[in-house]
Amino acid sequence: MEPNLQKIDIRNLNVYHGKDKILKDVNITIPENKITVILGPSGCGKTTLLKCLNRLIDLYPELKAEGQVLINGKDVLNTSEDIHNIRQQMGLLSQRPYPLPMTIYNNIAYGLRLRGVKGRRELHRQVMHYLQMVNLWDEVKNRLRAPASRLSIGQQQRLCLARGLAVNPEIILADEPTSALDPISSQIIEEEFITLKDKYTIVLVTHILRQARRIADHVIFMYLGEVIESGPPEQVLENPQMEKTKAYLKGAFN
Amino acid sequence: MSRILKNTEENIFRVLMFISTTFILTILAIIIYSIFEKGIEFISWDMLTQTPKGGYYYGKEGGILNAITGSLLLAGSATLLALVIGLPFALFLNVFLIRRKKLVAFIRFLLDMIWGIPSIVYGAFGFTLMIFLGIKTSLLAGIIVVTLFILPIMIRSIDEILRTVPIGLMEASYSLGSNRSETAFRVFVRQAFSGVITAFLLSFGRAIGDAASVLFTAGYTDNLPSSLTEPVATLPLSIFFQLSSPVPEVQGRAYASAMVLTFIILLASLFSRGIGKRYHKTKINF
Repeated sequence: MEPNLQKIDIRNLNVYHGKDKILKDVNITIPENKITVILGPSGCGKTTLLKCLNRLIDLYPELKAEGQVLINGKDVLNTSEDIHNIRQQMGLLSQRPYPLPMTIYNNIAYGLRLRGVKGRRELHRQVMHYLQMVNLWDEVKNRLRAPASRLSIGQQQRLCLARGLAVNPEIILADEPTSALDPISSQIIEEEFITLKDKYTIVLVTHILRQARRIADHVIFMYLGEVIESGPPEQVLENPQMEKTKAYLKGAFN
Repeated sequence: MSRILKNTEENIFRVLMFISTTFILTILAIIIYSIFEKGIEFISWDMLTQTPKGGYYYGKEGGILNAITGSLLLAGSATLLALVIGLPFALFLNVFLIRRKKLVAFIRFLLDMIWGIPSIVYGAFGFTLMIFLGIKTSLLAGIIVVTLFILPIMIRSIDEILRTVPIGLMEASYSLGSNRSETAFRVFVRQAFSGVITAFLLSFGRAIGDAASVLFTAGYTDNLPSSLTEPVATLPLSIFFQLSSPVPEVQGRAYASAMVLTFIILLASLFSRGIGKRYHKTKINF
């Protein structure tokens, strides 16, 4: 089957913070089963853009979004559909891990239970499955009842990834997911994404150019709330058309 | 030169901090010492395990068991009731009203104001309310008024703890598809659990130690009720009765009773710390 090139289709998206426009007329499409990297210097609106996708922007009364965010053709920004179901389609990985204040096991089981998975054996089977998916199972199988807070930051981030996968999303939203991690944990997460892209659409926000070079299938470069350039990495990262992209690649904004 | 200045500044502050810490600890020590010094010779097993007999307030035998039980009953019920009302309220402020920042700030302001109302006013208000509702001085009336009295303490203490829960945890919970009540009761409560225990303890301490709010409402008695509608004895009032006696022996017993009250609060504190610790392990430190 042909991959859907417009899994996520953002049209004329403007976001206001009071009177300031922090996202200006964003028009982008994000392809299915690819890693799309949103690249740009700090404060360019990358995170805000991500929060429009799963409507976490609702938590910030000072932010107001206008426009359309179509996911599978459905506008999530202006929908009457249950927002919790929409959010469940998207796993979130944030800048630093936020494990739930419970045991390792329950961090995964929490989402499973919300999805309606019942029965101890079935829960256990699935907890194991998702922990294996992120290569955490062998490290934690003997202490599933230990608090998640005992894990290292790198392990916590993988736990959060597994937790997100357990609610069976189609999309993974990652907001600078390696910025708090050591190089080895970062590498594990990056490799994880490459494995996962067969099944999931991955949107990765980063300001690390090398990370974009390593794993991007599709790059969107943003600067001061505007999309400057987007396309395959060979084009945006190696042969940019726009002056601002060229400047960023030379390190001018860092 | 500037290093010398910096060191002097550091030393001045160190001395100031030392003085204020010593001052506070000394005052506390003096209070506890004077209670013990005056009360220790009067405390006895009989006093703790016997009900006041006819001549107790003239120095004859008997004990304050009724007041101990009555206070535990009254303060315990009121604190539980305040938790049952206050916890959802605090969660409502921090989870459901997240978009209404001005409204929440206004509610906090109101609660802080109510917190400052002296307890005798609650007693007077409770008395008026009782007349209006046709309730006599009773355990029930006492519980209602003490609950009202500690409610702002309970809500604001829990609220301050919930405010420290990072928004990232809320985002994590929502992104898993949980709704607001799941986020509130399954995530926020767990993260703030040890703080909720502290709030409970703080409220319990206020509830069991306050005399003015129970004076008109729970009754002026040294008996235990057999139902919610009868008056109930309380420790603070029992201390008050005994202190106002001209008999030195009975005055001594008042200090012994104060020791008991202090000890109950100490026990409650240790107990709740034990519970809090169990859940403290799963708390995420951000």
